[in-house]
Amino acid sequence: MSILIHEKSNVIVQGITGRDGSFHADQMIQYGTNVVGGVTPGKGGQSILGVPIFDSVEEAVVQKKADVSLIFVPSAFASDAIIEAADAGIQLIVCITEGVPVNQMLKVQAYLASKPNVRLIGPNCPGLISPGKCKVGILPGHIFKQGNVGVVSRSGTLTYEIVYSLTSAGFGESTCIGIGGDPIVGTDFIDTLSMFNEDPQTESIVLIGEIGGDAEEKAATYIRQNIKKKVVAFIAGVTAPPEKRMGHAGAIISQGMGTAEGKVKAFHEAGVQVASIPSQVADLLT
Amino acid sequence: MKLLEYQAKEVFRSADIRTPNESMVTTPQDAVKIANESVGYPCVIKAQVPVGGRGKAGGVKVANNADDVLTLASQILGMSIKGCIVDKILVSQAISIHNEYYLSVVLHRASKKPMIIMSPSGGVDIEEISKNRPEMIFKEEYDFILGFKDYTLRRTYQKMFQNQEEKVSYKEFKGFLQKLVNVYFEKDATLVEINPLIVHNKECMALDAKILLDDNGLEFHPEFEKYVTSNAEETLQEKMAREANLTYISLDGNIACMVNGAGLAMATMDTIKHFGGSPANFLDIGGSSNPEKVVNALRIIASNPNVNAILINIFGGITRCDDIAQGFREGLEKVKFDLPISCRIIGTNDEKARTILKEINIPVTTDMDEAVQNVVKMAKGG
Repeated sequence: MSILIHEKSNVIVQGITGRDGSFHADQMIQYGTNVVGGVTPGKGGQSILGVPIFDSVEEAVVQKKADVSLIFVPSAFASDAIIEAADAGIQLIVCITEGVPVNQMLKVQAYLASKPNVRLIGPNCPGLISPGKCKVGILPGHIFKQGNVGVVSRSGTLTYEIVYSLTSAGFGESTCIGIGGDPIVGTDFIDTLSMFNEDPQTESIVLIGEIGGDAEEKAATYIRQNIKKKVVAFIAGVTAPPEKRMGHAGAIISQGMGTAEGKVKAFHEAGVQVASIPSQVADLLT
Repeated sequence: MKLLEYQAKEVFRSADIRTPNESMVTTPQDAVKIANESVGYPCVIKAQVPVGGRGKAGGVKVANNADDVLTLASQILGMSIKGCIVDKILVSQAISIHNEYYLSVVLHRASKKPMIIMSPSGGVDIEEISKNRPEMIFKEEYDFILGFKDYTLRRTYQKMFQNQEEKVSYKEFKGFLQKLVNVYFEKDATLVEINPLIVHNKECMALDAKILLDDNGLEFHPEFEKYVTSNAEETLQEKMAREANLTYISLDGNIACMVNGAGLAMATMDTIKHFGGSPANFLDIGGSSNPEKVVNALRIIASNPNVNAILINIFGGITRCDDIAQGFREGLEKVKFDLPISCRIIGTNDEKARTILKEINIPVTTDMDEAVQNVVKMAKGG
């Protein structure tokens, strides 16, 4: 098993006729993902890359039983695209778009709270891949290999970096998920850790975090209390200058959380080993 | 982006949030004119800078007459506060203060809602209060369906104004909070802060104002365009990067980095330090890179005189490696510099990229640690 996506996922691409949408839809098809169509309002009835284009997500769901949607639309339209997918009955929505205003995402989250069967990944994320089965996103497929390591990350390219070194060291991945680097994302570390914990294919977990926010600290607490599998972490930004503070309010809310040192300490306290450079992750997993 | 006090107060006034009678000026003569004609005496002269701690630096002074205004405005204009030269001052009506309150609306990641933070012990020591006397800080979530919950907000209202000589009605208080939340959403802010807030003639009034805008929301707010340049505290390279739509942060090392993706860019800096080098910058050329971005990035990193070696670290996903290599070819023709380059490229279309780079004699590796170790050697003159 893998988590969230597999051979039978019926995937559509919202924004399939754009430069990035069409390029990556093509890459996904070549990888073996079951792309059943695309959505571009006004271009319904045409086709691209051998798959039909629909005017709305709803039509793709009715006609092609789409259950996963990948969003490539420009940032001004991304939150509406997410809502459209959720209303149409899509169960897994993956939003690649970067630059979505954070307060729009707050509203999207509040709306999705009324739809417990819908899971959003992103925005501003690279998507996810279950190697050898299905790829939904922009991750370069050829660096992955089917295996037993679950990977979850807030970053995009840093994830590829670490996966590449894992694969070179002989490891493979069950599923690799980029949850996105924005302050507000649909799926967090804890959601993913819980799924990896239940997944029989996943034997160990790699968590890739970065400075800012308190997602890593919370994940560390969750790992200490719930995760029985081996977890190795990497935190980017140990040498980065301190994050610009959000006035007094930021200090009042964060109470010191968010620094690389704090995150590394939280992981150590949870029994998680932390790599100091990306290539060390594979060593620590051995 | 951070709005200066006078800009944030303009936003407040347009949202019907009360502020003192005041105007921003750039010369001592205009300060006197404003004080005489509209603000009156006593008045407060306040430096307008994008950094905190201006009061302690002498950037806020009370003037009792026109001579004071002329003297103080002349002192404050041109003053340097934490490296920022003061070129704007606010001449503001002085108002008697019974108590300083703190009030803010801030993005709260954990609850995925805006949070309202309040305290009857506002003023310059609010962060100390939050650490040492957390019982003096009150928090309310703003719910998208309910707005404020009256039963909790009423309790907070009682605590905020108990033992105060002058108070506002619950209705006025709640209405004021709502106006602040409206500003938060309408302007795509991530923070709207008033410290201090005071009660004046039974109404809430903002004596100071701070607004942080979400950079992702700026394109929907052309009214702030005019502030982008004037408010930026940035180095020459940071300015060039902003104009070229790249994310660049100046650091004090000598190894320039060009990386795609913020996480990998940070990890690249960490790895440079790990191997004994020192990064000159953080530069994320972003996803979906067209060759023009690479040309601009090269121009920016090569313009930093501290740099003596360049590291390129590209892991292609949405970024196509051949676009990067093409940009490189164009960049080397357009930008003249004589610096050693260590290049690592892998990922989407990397075969094509390697072909292009071979044609222009740039050695490429696929291993990040190797590329970093090479550039550290180059920077040391090896």
